[in-house]
Amino acid sequence: MSAPAKVESLRDAYGQALLELGERDPKLIVLDADLSGSTRTVLFGKKFPDRFYNVGVMEPTMMSIAAGFSLEGRTVYASTFAVFAAGQAYNFVRQSICYNRANVKIVATHGGLLVGPDGGTHQIVEDIGLMRGLPGMTVIVPADAPTARAATFAVAEREGPAYVRLTRESLPTVTDGSFQIGRAAELRSGSDLTIVAVGALVARALEVAGELAEIGISTRVLDLASVKPFDEPALLRAARDTGAILVLEEHSVLTGVGALVAATTGENYPVPVRRVGVPDLFGESGEAWALLDRFGMSKERIREEAWELLRLRGKVQ
Amino acid sequence: MSGEEVPAEVVASLEARAREIRRHIIRMTYAAGSGHPGGSLSATDLLTALYFRELRVDPERPDWPDRDRLVLSKGHAAPALYATLAERGFLPREELLSLRKLGSRLQGHVDRGKLPVIEASTGCLGQGIGMAVGMALDARLSGRPSRVYAVLGDGECQAGPTWEALMAGGHYRLSNLVALLDRNGYETDGSTESILGIEPIADKFRAFRYHTLEIDGHDFRQILAAFAEARRISDGPTAIVARTVKGKGVSFMEGQHAWHGKAPSKAEAERAMGELGGTLDGVVR
Repeated sequence: MSAPAKVESLRDAYGQALLELGERDPKLIVLDADLSGSTRTVLFGKKFPDRFYNVGVMEPTMMSIAAGFSLEGRTVYASTFAVFAAGQAYNFVRQSICYNRANVKIVATHGGLLVGPDGGTHQIVEDIGLMRGLPGMTVIVPADAPTARAATFAVAEREGPAYVRLTRESLPTVTDGSFQIGRAAELRSGSDLTIVAVGALVARALEVAGELAEIGISTRVLDLASVKPFDEPALLRAARDTGAILVLEEHSVLTGVGALVAATTGENYPVPVRRVGVPDLFGESGEAWALLDRFGMSKERIREEAWELLRLRGKVQ
Repeated sequence: MSGEEVPAEVVASLEARAREIRRHIIRMTYAAGSGHPGGSLSATDLLTALYFRELRVDPERPDWPDRDRLVLSKGHAAPALYATLAERGFLPREELLSLRKLGSRLQGHVDRGKLPVIEASTGCLGQGIGMAVGMALDARLSGRPSRVYAVLGDGECQAGPTWEALMAGGHYRLSNLVALLDRNGYETDGSTESILGIEPIADKFRAFRYHTLEIDGHDFRQILAAFAEARRISDGPTAIVARTVKGKGVSFMEGQHAWHGKAPSKAEAERAMGELGGTLDGVVR
């Protein structure tokens, strides 16, 4: 196997990319709701103070103010934690931004259980489902810092609202940053099984795929960072080529990427699909990575689910 | 508040225009079979004064960058805004009766995607004022002379985000922002004071750093004087608490919360049109 991957901060990558965007687009506006140090928008604020507004603890109205700027022709980035961006502000994202087709890019940090010790109140595991359901919304879930950087630029190029979900935790670098909206990245080729993963679990998908290779199982790994629009051809190709799909997401299995994959294959090319993610539960306090294990996303669990799919396909006993 | 400088013939002309807009509102809501006549009729004089005397807008150039912006934060008063826009030349009068019909640009709550002359889609309350704050910030940052007027409902003043946005307007000292409250006293289920009292509302605006004026929202001299005073304020936003009558101009709708979100029957619409000096002729539901 290759050397251990570099571990990098997605939030730092976002903050740095924003600085470059601020240079490129002299009209760009950035908003934050009293979490600018954590989201890293503070970097933009220091460099471009006249185009940065820290509006305080008012996430719903931050979305409306962002829409107002955007309706005047500006591209706007609005950042806060995911629980506030997608949860607290939901109907403001819906009406002020999406219904108005406003060109607002919501970059939400601290998505999922990896928030860790702050506990279940702050660990939103419903945001991908909420945002994906909004007409016109682009939804991106980067797996590493290079993708976070690329996604920050990519959503600027695409007219209309976008939601980018970042993690609080730094993550192993698993991509080359060649992210494109609407394209799944095949991080590993394979013919016996496909693992579709997003965010923090992409690295685990690659680890499990590596272990399976040692016993002769060929596993394809797709990084579905572009959740909406998503790469339906790549997904259906994987269904045809490998006959079984395991989905990994640090999100509720009820409404997340697993549901998307199951529905898409079910309608077009039915194959066995199993979902590894957060069950119908709120999170709790704990060390970030230990929470993934506790809530059913351990490597052991991933291996078991992979094995079950391989058994269903008659590829193992 | 004095407004002697407004000639009597101007006031008379505005009153006639407002009466025409009220006739449209009755015809539109009757034809639609649903809608919000009460809060449309209460806001009619405010919108008439805005579009015929105050706003720098041009029907020939609806997207003129330096125009003033009107955000209808109480988006359910859509009939009043559509009728005012039609009278001002921004859309054909014949289109008004398409309100709420399938395929119409005149959605139940104002929709910028379908009707671009609308500055911001609203309807869910507590959001228009936030978008107005964003627009006012943009105008200032861009060096444009545009002023931004947000028309708020009083039920909307029970919504927390309304005060988030107002707080931002005060904090950023947006002297190009006017928060115009249609204080008709009623929301869907009854009077605001019986449900969740918002008084003393003018004091609340003052506490949020607004230069605050209280006027009779059906007296054009007072309305225009308040707009003129707001233009003279250079160190922060202005709030205008316009005391109005829900259902204004139609006797049986006045002060009746039941007319918040209900269309008149044929007999009621005919009676209303009679009071407003018109007829229902040619309008079918």
